[in-house]
Amino acid sequence: MKDEITRDERVANLKGMGCSRKRVEDSRFTQGKGNYVDDIKLPGMLHGDFVRSPYAHARVKSINIDAAMALPGVVAVLTAKDLEPLNLHWMPTLAGDKQMVLADGKVLFQGQEVAFVVANDRYIAADAVELVEVDYEELEVIVDPFKSLQSDVVLREDMVAEDGSVPNGAHGPRKHPNHIFTWEAGEEEATNQVIDNAEVVATEEMYYHRTHPCPLETCGSVASMDKVNGKLTLWGTFQAPHVVRTVASLLSGIEEHNIRVVSPDIGGGFGNKVGVYPGYVCSIVASIVTGVPVKWVEDRMENLMSTAFARDYWMKGKISATKDGKITGLHCHVTADHGAFDACADPTKFPAGFMNICTGSYDIPVAYLGVDGVYTNKAPGGVSYRCSFRVTEAVYFIERMIEVLAIELNMDPAELRSINFIKKEQFPYTAALGWEYDSGDYQTAWDKALVAVDYKGLREEQAQRVEDFKAGKTRKVMGIGLSFFTEIVGAGPVKNCDILGMGMFDSCEIRIHPTGSAVARLGTISQGQGHATTFAQILATEIGLSAESITIEEGDTDTAPYGLGTYGSRSTPVAGAAAAMAGRKIRAKAQMIAAYLLEVHDNDVEFDVDRFVVKGSPEQFKTMKEVAYAAYNQAIPGLEPGLEAVSYYDPPNMTYPFGAYVCVMDIDVDTGVPEIRRFYALDDCGTRINPMVIDGQIHGGLTEALAVALGQEIAYDDMGNVKTGTLMDFFLPTAWEVPNYETDFTVTPSPHHPIGAKGVGESPHVGGVPCFSNAVQDAFRPFGNRHTNMPHDHWRIWQTANDLGMHD
Amino acid sequence: MSNKMHVKLNVNGEDHEFLAEPRELLIYALREKLNITGPHVGCETSHCGACTVTMNGKSVKSCTVFVAQANGAEVTTIEGLGTPDALHVLQENFKEHHGLQCGFCTPGMITRAAKLLEENPNPTEEDVRFGIAGNICRCTGYQNIVKSILSAASELNASKEAAQ
Repeated sequence: MKDEITRDERVANLKGMGCSRKRVEDSRFTQGKGNYVDDIKLPGMLHGDFVRSPYAHARVKSINIDAAMALPGVVAVLTAKDLEPLNLHWMPTLAGDKQMVLADGKVLFQGQEVAFVVANDRYIAADAVELVEVDYEELEVIVDPFKSLQSDVVLREDMVAEDGSVPNGAHGPRKHPNHIFTWEAGEEEATNQVIDNAEVVATEEMYYHRTHPCPLETCGSVASMDKVNGKLTLWGTFQAPHVVRTVASLLSGIEEHNIRVVSPDIGGGFGNKVGVYPGYVCSIVASIVTGVPVKWVEDRMENLMSTAFARDYWMKGKISATKDGKITGLHCHVTADHGAFDACADPTKFPAGFMNICTGSYDIPVAYLGVDGVYTNKAPGGVSYRCSFRVTEAVYFIERMIEVLAIELNMDPAELRSINFIKKEQFPYTAALGWEYDSGDYQTAWDKALVAVDYKGLREEQAQRVEDFKAGKTRKVMGIGLSFFTEIVGAGPVKNCDILGMGMFDSCEIRIHPTGSAVARLGTISQGQGHATTFAQILATEIGLSAESITIEEGDTDTAPYGLGTYGSRSTPVAGAAAAMAGRKIRAKAQMIAAYLLEVHDNDVEFDVDRFVVKGSPEQFKTMKEVAYAAYNQAIPGLEPGLEAVSYYDPPNMTYPFGAYVCVMDIDVDTGVPEIRRFYALDDCGTRINPMVIDGQIHGGLTEALAVALGQEIAYDDMGNVKTGTLMDFFLPTAWEVPNYETDFTVTPSPHHPIGAKGVGESPHVGGVPCFSNAVQDAFRPFGNRHTNMPHDHWRIWQTANDLGMHD
Repeated sequence: MSNKMHVKLNVNGEDHEFLAEPRELLIYALREKLNITGPHVGCETSHCGACTVTMNGKSVKSCTVFVAQANGAEVTTIEGLGTPDALHVLQENFKEHHGLQCGFCTPGMITRAAKLLEENPNPTEEDVRFGIAGNICRCTGYQNIVKSILSAASELNASKEAAQ
């Protein structure tokens, strides 16, 4: 046989790793044929809606449902009393705490679920919500975590013993009824000793405000209990469908094989759809009670007020250095406001997530981190909004501490970073707080970034601008925002990462069809990342069939192998690795089949792009397509028919993507409006699977970073009222506010990942927030600014300028 | 319910007649009565634009239009913009330039962009950014959406020139 096309053409035909393959998802999405949870419509389906608390802290004295039940079309109104016999009035959280499904005697935050109305349509349900009469007795509200730890007001009576003592929580001893946990890493005494004796010390307090992932699609579910067959089907906005199935089984007592959980298309997640919400539980119970399917989809205000928030960290830092800028120690303490229930979505053993990555990209010999979790009268949560667990907080902390130290040292912050980077030859590098960084080449990335933006030239321009401002020639100041970040993603090794006891492995199952196409199923679930496109590319390269011939399926627990889902940039590091490993199993069997067909020994054939060739005789080959057919039509001695493989991948370590970002900003000191002149983002995510998708992820993550840094927050007043409950108040940038980004890259593969990939979806958010914030703060640095808290909205920027006397 | 009214709508060229409460929002009439689920509900306050449709020649947020107000109207949704065999030039360009990720904003975004290009066939980048500022996307950062729309505009103009 003669090969008709070149090897390069064969590689191109695969549409495998490294090419900007167009997304297969886009045909249905561009034609309005996505299938999101609210698109699901089942015969006889009812609609659920919540009665929610207007108060942040109150006793529920009585609930009268008579008027609501009397409204035609209302089928049921559930309260905690109805759920209690099923033991479903409370549910476990992912953080080892428990949370009320419906108010059990009291409410602890504004918007808390009090009763669940089930009616024939959404309008009747909404009418009935207004007819439920709840008698509240207001209690003192605590929205400040520091006051909470001093207060006599007990928020969670269930967390205090009858004699008034404070029992241990899920993460050890508690100091106060409103205290949740203390979590520590590193050596406090040794750190203090270094800092106390250091030549230079910088200290700073910073508040990383509460915000919300706010995907465009809110959360929702459709539960359908088939009483004839005893099967429950649950469709919903789940970033971790398999875990939801396990939780649903444990909560309801329905055996796990009788529960099918399906994540259909998901309209963005960003961490918001990791947890389990009362609405999911209530839709299940309502379907069990009524015997027909029940849909619950929250509205935007409910989404912002009650589902998982992100951040809300009060961080206090001390960093020490020699006079010439070598960092010697880092001390960090966090007071973490978790709201009314500890519903953080972190691996079980990490109540503050991976906050202990807060030594960042720097070689810091000794460090300490302490985190105290606190209850307040705010919504529960603490999810990782477009980042691995609390990594955005950690990177913001260290990147601000570096800037503050640079001020203390009167040194250029870019140079200070260079002096302290972990060096290329130090990898694998064990940080003072315990993590083993897999690979990196920080200095190369940093130098590339600084050259790309002409950093020296920018500083000269900035100096001139300061002169001009002082001379009254301009009212605009110029900021150069820098950030260098290291993420820690791909949770994680089962030995130290689990969610509710489930080890954080992931999985891939491949079935090759006789005609040489395939279906692969994974334990993850795309929420816009494009898994159907990129996982097929990994497999195409691994097994030699075109990505166009490989269907990717996720999200249906009846068909997909068990996996821990998609968040914390874990899909490529964990499920992507599983895909590669499963592909290699396919290839191993295919090699035996090819050798049989070519009548040579197994070791005498080798894989080449899309075929097996006889070593030294490339004209003798069998394509993977031919091998696939043979797997089903030939009786091969010693081999079972068929060509399938499954891999459950337990990563040996996390992956550590990194990047160098620079933002150039002009700020009008009289209006407080920042104009982003330039944003340069260099990302190193290891091996690159689809450059087009990577760039898309970076544009999106940077825009969410812009939002958080420049205005987006969940704010409360002293009464615990949410002040930012609609998109009028909660900042989501439009096309008008967002710049064009310049993307760039270096490639430092992960040494332990089968294809060297590290994950990228969250890097731009992690690195972007400090970069935007540093740009604002750098603009005011020449005028005496040291640190101001985010979000830097126009008003706060104006205030910063005013405080520095720039309006005088 | 007794207070239902008789509603007539022409959606994507097809006539529909149904009973609805006057307070029912156009988006729910489309999605739940007519099974036209391309337009989505993102906020119900006119901010996000996921529900954008064209009504009597204008882009509207169908989450804040009562079906009573829409009575007798001609409505175009994403479903009316192209067919699987002949996609609208915007649909082609959104695919080509990675102008979408989760897809939830996409139907509203493309419907708005189609109207924008009718209003202004030669938009600058600034015109596009301003013209779609009523449509929020949480995934893409807009860069590739803007690119998709500008590319569609030049393709449309090129084919118009070719036709002349």
